[in-house]
Amino acid sequence: MRRHHVVFALALLVLASAPARAEIDLSGSWVSINHEDALERGAGPNPADWAGLPFNESGRAKALGFNQSVISEPERICWFQTQWHIAAGPFSLRMWAVPDPVTGRVQAWVVGAWETRAPMTIWMDGRPRPGKNAPHDQTGFTTGVWNGNELVATTTHLKVGYMRRNGAASSDQATITTHFRRHGNLLTATMFMDDPVYLTEPYILSRAYNLSTNPVSIGGPPCIVGDEGVESGRVPHYLPGQNPYVGEMTKRYGIPVEALMGGAETMYPEYRDTIKAKFVTPPPCALNCGG
Amino acid sequence: MSIPTVAVLVLAAISVAPPALEAQRGRGAGAGPPQAPPTPRGAAPVDLTGYWVSVITEDWRYRMVMPAKGDYQGVPLTPAARKIADSWDPATEADLSEPCKAYGAPALLRVPGRLHITWQDDQTIKLETDAGRQTRLFHFGAWKSPGGPRTLQGDSVGEWEGGGRGVTDGSLKVTTTNLKGGFLRKNGVPYGDNVSLMEYYEVVTQPDGSPLLVVTVSTTDPDYLRVPFVISSQFKKEPTEAKWKPSPCSTTW
Repeated sequence: MRRHHVVFALALLVLASAPARAEIDLSGSWVSINHEDALERGAGPNPADWAGLPFNESGRAKALGFNQSVISEPERICWFQTQWHIAAGPFSLRMWAVPDPVTGRVQAWVVGAWETRAPMTIWMDGRPRPGKNAPHDQTGFTTGVWNGNELVATTTHLKVGYMRRNGAASSDQATITTHFRRHGNLLTATMFMDDPVYLTEPYILSRAYNLSTNPVSIGGPPCIVGDEGVESGRVPHYLPGQNPYVGEMTKRYGIPVEALMGGAETMYPEYRDTIKAKFVTPPPCALNCGG
Repeated sequence: MSIPTVAVLVLAAISVAPPALEAQRGRGAGAGPPQAPPTPRGAAPVDLTGYWVSVITEDWRYRMVMPAKGDYQGVPLTPAARKIADSWDPATEADLSEPCKAYGAPALLRVPGRLHITWQDDQTIKLETDAGRQTRLFHFGAWKSPGGPRTLQGDSVGEWEGGGRGVTDGSLKVTTTNLKGGFLRKNGVPYGDNVSLMEYYEVVTQPDGSPLLVVTVSTTDPDYLRVPFVISSQFKKEPTEAKWKPSPCSTTW
């Protein structure tokens, strides 16, 4: 019995003196501030606009072959988005901690689902990542660590998804790293998409959220398969060189086609020198002008 | 001993442990003469200094090229501000005596280019841009604005947040006032003289281990914005000044 007391005391000592893993409370409803990339995240990006995406040739080719009607196929109508949708979509976040029922420690942080994205469960308990051949899905597998007050989440085991909702795809080899930082009632999520199949370097987006007392809905999948009229056996697509939307952004905004085809060079200031002579000042805005 | 007794003893032992640990760090009795508090430079929980290059993955067509007149997608403008933006005339703007209206503090970090961040002294961070050749100063401590006319970069006060436990988790909070009105985008999307800024500068570690500066800017303008305009921008660190390329402000490109 005495030995049990000693063991209990030591266990209590370890529990009480260990540094807290959850260094800051992220729980609550965080309302997305969609001031940047407002069109892309809301109504959706312009077709054939991949400027600022660090595509490789495969990524560009896949995007050019994309036809939006593909998501009307019964097989893909419930093709909900990967966790990248946090950055690419317009929706707010609801976050909460899941305690371990025995120790009370935070076992996981959860970023609640949306209609088109499954919840992101960020395992904080050090569980091993599944093997590389384990099943992949749009949810993926996410683990997290604290860097002081910063929560860093790493997501793998994703199925093919998208980086921009106009055909820019991510592969099942992609890794998403998300850094959550809280500044009072402001939350910043900085996300890296690292995809060796379709990118030459990580694609980076950062998003901001305001804390709200209005609860954010966490209703997510499943969705119900419906018939949108795509006949069996047809896969909507564009053959190489036949995407009809290439050049549309050039007409509307004066941006050279080469810039719209993306590539890491389009992410950096020097690229302005490359396209300056080819840029044509656009006419006054007539569509999707905001306000 | 009963289990509750053991628990009380253990917790009591834990409660006295921190002072002992503090003493080892030199803060307790007998650790020598008291030391002056560190300067803001010495207390910095994160290193922001160096050369940083914009990564333009967001709002590309508003930043990398001239946006169309009347295109203020994403900016929560008031009706008065929309009227100003709709009446912007690029031909006239090019002739104005103030060519740097789109390089004021609320918009400066959205301009594609490079930042050079240094400590001007132990109390002041200096942020320079090559695009537009602008300079901002972030003053720490009890600094008070000397007053005077409003300027494009205004008066900025910095303070550290967090840090100490992680390697890069601290951040710099900057509050800026006394700003002169300007443009949030080069196509005449306005902000007025009553604007103020709240910024957070933080460094996150990229997947390859290199640092990325992320700056979240919240712009408040009771005259021209319905709600604070909040954007965040990213910058990669560069090893040298080799790509630093000062250029004047431009109203047309």
